[in-house]
Amino acid sequence: MRRNQVAVVGAAETTELGVIPNASQLQLHADAALNAIADAGLKLSDIDGFATAVETPQQVCHYLGIKPTWVDGTSVGGCSFMLHVRHAAAAIEAGLCKTVLITHAESGKSMIGKAPRSIPADSLQGQFEAPFGVYGPPSMFPIPVLRFMKTYGITHEQLASVAVVQREWAAKNPRAMMKDPITVADVLNSRMIAYPFRLLQCCLVTDGGGALILTSADRAKDFPRKPVYIMGTGESVETPMVSQMETFNSSRAFKTAGPLAFREAGIAHRDVDHLMIYDAFAHLPLFGLGDLGFMPHEETGRFIADGNTRPGGKLPLNTNGGGLSYMHSGMYGMYALQESVRQMRGIAPAQVPNAKISVCHGVGGMFAASGTIVFTNER
Amino acid sequence: MAEPQRARPKPTPETQHFWDGTKAGELRLQRCDACAHVYFPPRPFCPSCASRKVSIFKASGNGFLYSYVINHRPAAPGFTPPYAIAVVELAEGPRMMSNIIDCPQTPEALELDMKLEVAFEALDDKITLPVFRPAKG
Ligand SMILES: [Zn+2]
Repeated sequence: MRRNQVAVVGAAETTELGVIPNASQLQLHADAALNAIADAGLKLSDIDGFATAVETPQQVCHYLGIKPTWVDGTSVGGCSFMLHVRHAAAAIEAGLCKTVLITHAESGKSMIGKAPRSIPADSLQGQFEAPFGVYGPPSMFPIPVLRFMKTYGITHEQLASVAVVQREWAAKNPRAMMKDPITVADVLNSRMIAYPFRLLQCCLVTDGGGALILTSADRAKDFPRKPVYIMGTGESVETPMVSQMETFNSSRAFKTAGPLAFREAGIAHRDVDHLMIYDAFAHLPLFGLGDLGFMPHEETGRFIADGNTRPGGKLPLNTNGGGLSYMHSGMYGMYALQESVRQMRGIAPAQVPNAKISVCHGVGGMFAASGTIVFTNER
Repeated sequence: MAEPQRARPKPTPETQHFWDGTKAGELRLQRCDACAHVYFPPRPFCPSCASRKVSIFKASGNGFLYSYVINHRPAAPGFTPPYAIAVVELAEGPRMMSNIIDCPQTPEALELDMKLEVAFEALDDKITLPVFRPAKG
């Protein structure tokens, strides 16, 4: 795909984030969509392309009254929205549609109008993982981390510092769920969830949603907001079974999607002003920094513990506070994208001064899928 | 009310031989007749070269502890926390999720790379699970 041919011209989260007991999951999609449409200065009838995950495109399109000529229901977990951005950019470039709306919403906490996740007993996961006591992401996502720590000499304190640094960012974000400062000792003394991870190393569980609107870069200059261009994109999948990853020392999906996006954008790592790495759990930023090629995996723990990713550091990372402190409805990728767009527009609560290139990297399932988007505010 | 039960696998035509094996006290893997690749979970073709000529064989049951978590909460139905959810690397190459028995469920006792051997735990008259214990000697 050619760089900077498509831009984000509308971006918004749901009116509220956190605990939203007065709206169904479907209504949260609509709330985010209506906010994004208002942000872009559009009408619903202007939307001719639509993408969403978990909920079907037909469900959300019918509810909103959208009549699309292009739809994408790619649903590969929390990074689905990165894949939607990539697919939408290709579709717009190919002339299949002009204006794409991407929605995410999840009643992850209140569970209103949300189908419970279940693992069929005759699926491969149901036969070869579920019988051994896995029960939700906290029991599965951290399974690789002890091997990763041993291979690269990563310490418990370094993994705790991920949560500490992200809380510093969250403190600057009025909409973040958790804003009180924490220390490495607080993290290491918090309630054990699944050794080696404790409560403060696991993502929040909240309600919320977000939506993006994309159109061609040529049209984008006529919109009210500063366009944010899609500079490069990548995607991949590996396996739905965490036990069957090729290795626990890295993520194959990360190592495919990330470099694809960097190559397409034509950028080097030193060009990156702002970085989002989907942090469902505290080890993900370490996998991401290594797999995206910012540094050898051995250096990732020290890099974060030494403060390089905190406010004022040389590589601002997860500047909304991340899934650990900002919010996490279950599929956090949309909120990472929203923060990248805010940073590129120059309106983020914890704005990185003069940021011109933002990399937004997502994970789906337990390292099952990945999507990477490189944004820029210069064409 | 009955105690909540541990999730029970339901075999499919492609995995039946594996579950027949555990019931008979064997850990069965598959090997490609064309390229010799050994793989898991079961399927009637080779995920490395796509050959449909594959053979089922009895694995040694030996392996080592590749990684794990010790789950505290929430606990899966039928499990009493804390309990380890382990990934075992088999001597033949593939990895599988399992539990570690005859061993304290603590970071001190569960040492990465420790040698393990398979054991079998019958859930009912249909399903027997492969679990692992520290290897003797
Ligand atoms: Zn083969």
